[in-house]
Amino acid sequence: MAAGPDSNFNPDMEFFVDMQRCIGCRACEAACAECETNGQEPMIHVNYVDRAHSVQTTVQVCMHCEDPACANVCPADAIAKDGNGVVHSANTSRCIGCSNCVLACPFGVPKKMEAAELMMKCNLCYDRTSVGKKPMCATVCPSGALFYGTREEIRKKRPNSDPVNTFKFGAQTVHTKVNIMMPKGSTELRVH
Amino acid sequence: MFDMQAGLRPRLQNPIQNDMAKLPTSVDKIVAQYGPHKAYTPVGGFHGHADPDKLVKTHCCFCGMQCGIQLKVKENTVVGFEPWMDFPFNEGRMCPKGVARYLQNNHPDRLLSPIERVEGEGFRPVDWETAMSRTVSEIKRIQSTYGNNAFGMLSGVSLSNELSYMVGKFARVALKTANLDYNGRLCMVSAGAGNKKAFGLDRISNSWADLKHAKVIMICGSNVSETFPTLIHYIWEARDNGAKIIVVDPRITPVARTADLYLPVRPGTDSALFGAMLQQLVENDWLDHDFIDNYTSDFQETIDAVKDYSLEWAEEVTGIPAESIKKAAELWGKTDTSFLLHARGIEHHSKGVDNVLGCINLVLATGRIGKPYCGYGTITGQGNGQGGREHGHKCDQLPGNRDITNPEHRKYIADVWGIDEKDLPGKGLTAYELVEAIHRGEIKGLISICFNPIVSLPNNNMVREALEKLEFYVAIDFFLNDTARHADIVLAGALHEEEEGTGTTAEGRVVKINAAVTPPGDARTDASILKELAARLGAGDKFAFENSEAIFNELRVASKGGTADYYGITYEKIVNNYGVFWPCPALDHPGTPRLWEDRKFATPDGKAHFNPAPYREPGEPTDKEYPVILTTGRVVSQYLSGTQTRRIGRLIDPYPEPLLEIHPSLAQQFGIKERELVKVVTRRGEATFPAQIVTTIRKDTVFLPYHWAGPISANQLTIGNLDPVSKIPEFKVCACKLIPLGVPAPPSSESKAYQSA
Repeated sequence: MAAGPDSNFNPDMEFFVDMQRCIGCRACEAACAECETNGQEPMIHVNYVDRAHSVQTTVQVCMHCEDPACANVCPADAIAKDGNGVVHSANTSRCIGCSNCVLACPFGVPKKMEAAELMMKCNLCYDRTSVGKKPMCATVCPSGALFYGTREEIRKKRPNSDPVNTFKFGAQTVHTKVNIMMPKGSTELRVH
Repeated sequence: MFDMQAGLRPRLQNPIQNDMAKLPTSVDKIVAQYGPHKAYTPVGGFHGHADPDKLVKTHCCFCGMQCGIQLKVKENTVVGFEPWMDFPFNEGRMCPKGVARYLQNNHPDRLLSPIERVEGEGFRPVDWETAMSRTVSEIKRIQSTYGNNAFGMLSGVSLSNELSYMVGKFARVALKTANLDYNGRLCMVSAGAGNKKAFGLDRISNSWADLKHAKVIMICGSNVSETFPTLIHYIWEARDNGAKIIVVDPRITPVARTADLYLPVRPGTDSALFGAMLQQLVENDWLDHDFIDNYTSDFQETIDAVKDYSLEWAEEVTGIPAESIKKAAELWGKTDTSFLLHARGIEHHSKGVDNVLGCINLVLATGRIGKPYCGYGTITGQGNGQGGREHGHKCDQLPGNRDITNPEHRKYIADVWGIDEKDLPGKGLTAYELVEAIHRGEIKGLISICFNPIVSLPNNNMVREALEKLEFYVAIDFFLNDTARHADIVLAGALHEEEEGTGTTAEGRVVKINAAVTPPGDARTDASILKELAARLGAGDKFAFENSEAIFNELRVASKGGTADYYGITYEKIVNNYGVFWPCPALDHPGTPRLWEDRKFATPDGKAHFNPAPYREPGEPTDKEYPVILTTGRVVSQYLSGTQTRRIGRLIDPYPEPLLEIHPSLAQQFGIKERELVKVVTRRGEATFPAQIVTTIRKDTVFLPYHWAGPISANQLTIGNLDPVSKIPEFKVCACKLIPLGVPAPPSSESKAYQSA
């Protein structure tokens, strides 16, 4: 699944998620669900944090880990990271529907499609990003909560935030291709 | 055991509502045939979506932003969308309604031919000759029996500029009735009236680009994040650049959540807030004296009207802490660039115009208008709410935003239309008053296009009774909307993507709507339907337009010299420039993204006018019997009366039914628990909703979204009080009582609310 010689995937482009900007509109879900690769199911999810007390929403999308736990635990070798750092959804001819990836992901991203007995996750819209376009969710997102572009661009656009792609889960450190925008000066996000 | 059906269908328990015999058959039967049904993208996508025949650049049909979008077309069917990255306003960004809008094409509910009412059966398809000849003979019969004005017309501003213009001309020249009004009466008229009083012109003063470096942005009564999601980009961008954001709203909406200053206003008290802020500006001399002295009028009487508006008094009236009001005045008073935005939250009141003027007074007092990053304006709601309100389908208006009672304006338009000025009808009734006149038996026949008043007008039990009194009702629509279920004839019209034209966005930018496909089956374009009706009514020569561009070219001439001057705008210029901002009075004129840079306003004396806007109470204050404030609004996944968006599965599922938002302290007072059913009762009706208990709303206020019809329609409850100037109804505040039913609602996912059965 490595990018072929004819691919226009731009390795300088990164994905940035900024929860502060999210307005919970679900345009990303609707746009993601337009993709037939997902069987018209969104691979990105918007959730209220605590609707009883806030309208704050969060966006959950594959973080495309540098060392993806989902791929590491897959007994069927169905999940693969390509040369551009994109972690690809389970290869349907290999996936055995065991749910190891669902349990292993530190971010809780992969979902097993019970109907299809297959794991499905975000491919960073490989059909679009490999021809120089942005992923669909980050294209339509009206608030800039999802942004696809270069690190330089985001630093210029968001002077009060810094992108963070280092996550500490206890003693474990995870580096990801997807960045979370944090208050200026942040370098890592300690989850617990 | 609690009877769920009865709980969710109070109609059966209410004698006023128990007369569904007035529909040709049962609601369920109508729904089974004509929907709403949920449409989804098929698994694997629509045939041809991966290799479309063409991508058609056009605009979204939902909301005043009119985002650029490309529709994928395969074999004359819309099969998907592709973001239009080059269109400068939204650069590909879209909201969920925009993403899913294409699903209304190729929809199973689509009307493919005219249909007629058959008593006891419902509706059956008929050919165009039958539908047209019956419609025209009924129009003639009613008008010859009761007079021309006994046939009314209701229109709407999801229509293009061309169709809006054509409807205005059709009603006056072909139907010869004064009684034409439009659904903008429920939307932008308070802003329009206020802007005309203050500036002599009805348009936002700046393009959205001027938000970028505004240092203070004050948003009054606008849930921008849910109603105009793509505008949020500009607000957040301003915040990145250091802007302070003030939000005035009874609810903590997503745009209020991170505001620098949130003012939780008690519904119906906005003008007290604006008055107190103005008084603070005066007390602290946060005023632009040069601007006030040289470019405005009536400052003294305006500030005299609020001289007693102390912070303590304002806190008492508005429920906003005095400190917050002071802070807002200080932020607004001391900055050097600013943008004030407002929307339906302050406009849907019996003093909507006063609220708008209260905002304008703050802008004028500080002189921050007509300069870069200094702006003011209403956020126009409907798709073509801006253009549609300029070209003559308001009861008091002629094209170019001319006044139908002004002899010179009448003469000019009569000449353009080739009629005698004496034959041009005068001012007619506004939308709600027009329906009241039907109810009184004064108007006997109705033609509607692009208006679903049984959902969108307040006090809609009265609306339904009125519809049942009509001798003849013909509707033009692409779906059988909730109101058209009462029609005798429905003429199958065209979707936004099936008819060429132009629209004008909320920032005053005239954009090109391109036809992606032709109407399916025997459905026709709206222009061709109006054209044929006009011909059969004997006015064919006045409607001999070859195409939409011919209509636009006549509109250009008709608008020439008016305040909304489109004369210098052509289809070619629009396409070449990603739209043109009006006014654009000459072909070599570039258009006007920012108004008032020359400080010459469009009023007769050329000055901007302050207007006194003293506080008065809403039409129906709370009392012992009805102790709770009811306010209404919108959710992000639905648009207007839902006749389009309640048919798209992916827009229905995230928010399947209207929920009653209520604060935990009020819920506790009534013994209401999360998701339990609550009957909301006003002097006009009652309806039952699941409770959603949230701390994001004022403790004295409950909220309902209004997009649904039938037994869960929020507008059964709202009040028909009108603003004396704009005639906008008071959707945003009335008094209610809450009766907890003590039983949990069934899961939202099982709700059939979208069907409005």
